[in-house]
Amino acid sequence: MKITEEEVLYVADLARLDLDAAAVERFAEQIGTILDYMDKLNEVDTRGVRPTSHAIFLNNAFREDREPAHLDRKAALANAPEKEGGSFSVPKVVG
Amino acid sequence: MNLYELTLHDARDLLDKKEISARDLTLAVLNRIETVDEQVGAYITVAKESALAQADAADRIMAEGNPSPLTGIPLAVKDVMCTQGVRTTCASRMLENFIPPYDAAVITRLKAADAVLVGKTNMDEFAMGSSNEHSGFHLTRNPWDFTRIPGGSSGGSAAAVSADMCIAALGSDTGGSIRQPASHCGVVGMKPTYGRVSRYGLVAFASSLDQIGPLVKDVTDCAILMSAVAGYDAKDSTSVPVEVPDYTAALREGLKGFRIGLPKEYFETEGVDPEVMAAIRNAVDSIQGLGAEVVEVSLPRSEHVVAVYYLIAPSEASSNLARFDGVKYGYRDKEQTTLMEMYRSTRSQGFGSEVQRRIILGTYALSAGYYDAYYGKASQVRTLIMEDFRTAFEACDAILAPVAPSPAFKIGEKTDDPLTMYLSDIFTLSANLAGIPGMSVPCGFSGAGLPIGLQILGSHFQEEILLRVAYNFEQATDFHTRKPAL
Repeated sequence: MKITEEEVLYVADLARLDLDAAAVERFAEQIGTILDYMDKLNEVDTRGVRPTSHAIFLNNAFREDREPAHLDRKAALANAPEKEGGSFSVPKVVG
Repeated sequence: MNLYELTLHDARDLLDKKEISARDLTLAVLNRIETVDEQVGAYITVAKESALAQADAADRIMAEGNPSPLTGIPLAVKDVMCTQGVRTTCASRMLENFIPPYDAAVITRLKAADAVLVGKTNMDEFAMGSSNEHSGFHLTRNPWDFTRIPGGSSGGSAAAVSADMCIAALGSDTGGSIRQPASHCGVVGMKPTYGRVSRYGLVAFASSLDQIGPLVKDVTDCAILMSAVAGYDAKDSTSVPVEVPDYTAALREGLKGFRIGLPKEYFETEGVDPEVMAAIRNAVDSIQGLGAEVVEVSLPRSEHVVAVYYLIAPSEASSNLARFDGVKYGYRDKEQTTLMEMYRSTRSQGFGSEVQRRIILGTYALSAGYYDAYYGKASQVRTLIMEDFRTAFEACDAILAPVAPSPAFKIGEKTDDPLTMYLSDIFTLSANLAGIPGMSVPCGFSGAGLPIGLQILGSHFQEEILLRVAYNFEQATDFHTRKPAL
């Protein structure tokens, strides 16, 4: 198997996902099959080939260093699951 | 003829001649949705009241003269583009109640053109899928056969156009998500060049691949809608400042001396339905008969495209979807007492299984120890795929290919086997990896009466070349005039 259940759990932890035992088993099998397929890429000689992260050549996009239009606080908070005192509210971070 | 059946350009003519009003047209479309969408499931949200208000505003503008090509035209938008004040869900429980505080750049353009926004269409969750079966809300059925998928991920937009529940629509295409549903639903779809249409306000799936484009009833409509949405936008740092031509003018040119490339690898691919191949061959013959010259070209890395795409797209997705953490907007599991538990529980409950699968695959491909072997390697092969196209376009002006290896498959047929589902994207993924424009136009029907699309690919920023081929072909055939029986 290309990816073990332990590795699925490790990666899920990095991605902040809780998986139950059935999901871990299923993902290990499915992603294992997918990764086996990805071995095809080893057939391609890529020595000296530069990687591409974007298909279109672009220079940096600069703008004037002026404050553009932006959301006011009320609009920015309108979708907040929980808010308090004009801020986003979250459960406690340290015990 | 029922008003909802009109193409965009025919509706424009009737509106301009004052034979119909925008309100008549919008009401006809809204009634059509009420009649058939219970069966099709194309929409997530129908914005009836705001649509009628926009129609009335359009009627006032037309009374004053000076309408734009889209004034008073009822359009549908895939539910992945932010609409101020109208729920934008990405077909995910994560965003079930998200009301964007701003409009996507394309929505701003449509509103400035006085179009009518009828509603937001169903899709695979966060645009990850080829069948709409991964919607977090409900299935969308193919209007030609309710037991089959409409394609995805813009399946709702394609089905809405096909079933006349809008005059035209926008979708987004990260690996074929406009072209494949267009093919399966018998409509015209275009994925523009990367950077041609602003992605500002498009909820990101894979940022180096995503692009917004039209799903429409014919090629003329495609040119009209492209002219409305294309162009530079300073708010999208990957938007390219290249002049936008008059796409409707391109339609008037013929194909004499035009060079059509057929990639030999595409025609040697195993597992392509013989009816699809026969329809593509017939289309090539028709286009040759219109004066084009056919040359064989080669895209040697075609067999590696699926592997490259399904490493790069999930990698980018795993990074983009990190923003859904239950803090600023979207779903939150409020039962949890620590921040970390809240993150984990929110994301596990808010994302569906295909999205979680891709996040895990992408996180793995980017993780320490595997980055070079997977993401790094895929990025290098991507360079070679781009070089293949560059070489091919030295020998031809446009490439013809199938869109999908088969007509629309049955609902449930591939949901248990993600790799088989991914492999069905083989003909559409390379355009996104290379950033080139691609189009699907109806080119035939299977024996069972299912639509088949012809794919046309061109060089960067050569959308007008695709439209020219598509329009000449469309004028010589009648596939685009057929409608599903509903």
